[in-house]
Amino acid sequence: MTKFVVIGLAVISAFAGTASAADLLINGAGATFPEPIYQEWFSQFKAANPSVQINYQAIGSGAGIKQLTEGTVDFGASDKFMSDEQLGKLKVKALHFPTVLGAVVLTYNLPGINTPINLTGPVIAGIFLGDIKMWNDAKIAAVNKGVALPAKPIIVVHRSDGSGTSFVFTEYLSKVSADWKSKVGTNDAVNWPVGMGGKGTAGVAGLVKQNPYSIGYVELLYAKQNKLGYAKVENSSKQFIEASVESVTAAAAGVKMTDDFRVSITNGSGKAAYPISTYTWLLIPSKIEDAGKKKALVDFLTWMLKTGQKGASAKDYAPLPASVVASELKQIALIK
Amino acid sequence: MASPAAVTQPRKKALSERLRGGDMVAYLLTIFFATLILLVTVYIVYELWMYSLPTLKKFGFSFIGGQIWDPNPDKNVYGALPFIYGTLVTSIVALLISVPLGVGAAIYLSELAEQKLSNILTFLVELLAAVPSVIYGLLAIFTLVPLMRDYIGPFLEKFLGWTPFFQSPIYGTGYLTAGLVLAVMTFPFIISVSREALMAVPREQREAALALGATQWESTYQIVLPYAKLGIIGSVFLGLARALGETMAVTMVIGNDTHIHASLLNQGYTIAALVANEFNEAGDVQGPALVELCLVLFVMTMLINAGARLMITLTTSKGSARA
Repeated sequence: MTKFVVIGLAVISAFAGTASAADLLINGAGATFPEPIYQEWFSQFKAANPSVQINYQAIGSGAGIKQLTEGTVDFGASDKFMSDEQLGKLKVKALHFPTVLGAVVLTYNLPGINTPINLTGPVIAGIFLGDIKMWNDAKIAAVNKGVALPAKPIIVVHRSDGSGTSFVFTEYLSKVSADWKSKVGTNDAVNWPVGMGGKGTAGVAGLVKQNPYSIGYVELLYAKQNKLGYAKVENSSKQFIEASVESVTAAAAGVKMTDDFRVSITNGSGKAAYPISTYTWLLIPSKIEDAGKKKALVDFLTWMLKTGQKGASAKDYAPLPASVVASELKQIALIK
Repeated sequence: MASPAAVTQPRKKALSERLRGGDMVAYLLTIFFATLILLVTVYIVYELWMYSLPTLKKFGFSFIGGQIWDPNPDKNVYGALPFIYGTLVTSIVALLISVPLGVGAAIYLSELAEQKLSNILTFLVELLAAVPSVIYGLLAIFTLVPLMRDYIGPFLEKFLGWTPFFQSPIYGTGYLTAGLVLAVMTFPFIISVSREALMAVPREQREAALALGATQWESTYQIVLPYAKLGIIGSVFLGLARALGETMAVTMVIGNDTHIHASLLNQGYTIAALVANEFNEAGDVQGPALVELCLVLFVMTMLINAGARLMITLTTSKGSARA
């Protein structure tokens, strides 16, 4: 009997031993889109600061905001900035820290067409509203001179789950199409007028791959890593721009940053700007009681802005413009 | 009928004596388990009701008949009809296919097949029942969906396109595809339970029929099947329960379209699929609306089960086994 007790104690102390190796545990939850770079950052940060362990759960932007509001996590992360109403529900006001930029691209399956097609905002809205039904519609043909567009019905694919990607996409469409704004509007889940729903980014990409003459939207990161073709989209300066790390950062540079970093950069100005781009944010409480946690988060944010940014483009994320980095470093001082 | 308590306890004993005997302990323990089932059911209904109160109050009965599902906070309109419709249509399609197949296979396995073959096939059927639903969904995406889109769909439209149920557009995904996947998923249950029911028919029943000059088929059809009717109906409702609640495989092949379409070749949505898709990121009104949908599904399942009970009571005749 004593033998078992001794073994039991040994096991318990072994677990206690692993726990003490990282004596500060910080939990965060939210957006799925930046998860790969966040995990990379958190593990690099841990290598430099072995006593701090940051856990991140990619459960979706909305769920991240929910958990932050309920106080079950130390920080949140989201692909859309919090509304005034959402901020009002927080016990401790949260600060928005942009981390990287992303973009939504239109991927399609057009057998026989290998060069990127051109699309304008109103055309994309028309397709997703169901007004433009055929690939050889005059409105698509007008911006794709010399491309043999097939006389086939367009199969629209959208997300079936609530998603930050859908939010950015519908927000962009609301800006470029009054019809879209009044009939559908902006949200992470909407009443899609036409088309089939795929679960998750991979679900949309899979449906597009499977269905000839279909079109859907996915994150740039996903499209790049899976070598999907995607369309050039006309920006507000009438240029057809291919989404890339550079054209997304250009979109951010073209929009004036607000004091609280809550800003949309869709359909932004700038000749080289890709129009369906967005920041993604870390949501950090402005008052952190635990001094150790506060120091760790401040250290992380500083490290992320100074060092972490350099690794972003290697992972296909667009890094922040230098001006934004500078003003975010100032905002860190607001964490009390 | 004598109550079991009267049989096991012919006279009143002291409490300690009864406890020592074990009967009382077993009695209390099992009644506790039985009550637990009831409590869990009641608790589920209570929780669903409480969570969905905001939308229950806001939409009332228009929730059931509403055809628009718009989770945009600026609009917040929620109607359950497209999902109730989708759930029922896919389940009916599934049963139309899996019941004849399943019962037929069960008859073969229990009445006609050689023992060895029957054992192998039964083992395979039970294996099928254990395959996780996501695997059925994935397989369907790669095999059934292209087949539906390129061959079965156009074929049905060509010959049955004059009815409203088989009209273009044909996507490959949709009600019919989901129904077919559900049929494949439900029929192992139907075979397995029906076969058990058929095997339980006493040998004397068959022998008596054969002795009276019935052929083997007459014996099966007129004697064995009616005797096992209860078990077979039970298997059908077990399959139906699985079809109504199946989530993963359905959402992968139904198209997730929140509008109602008459054509089975078109796309739709089921309650379980919608909840699984939207609950994670649901907004303030959308969340309760989704929970209310769960309540609707719960009530639907209950009504169907009650209907089944009623049907069994009404049709059970002297010749068949009773519950």
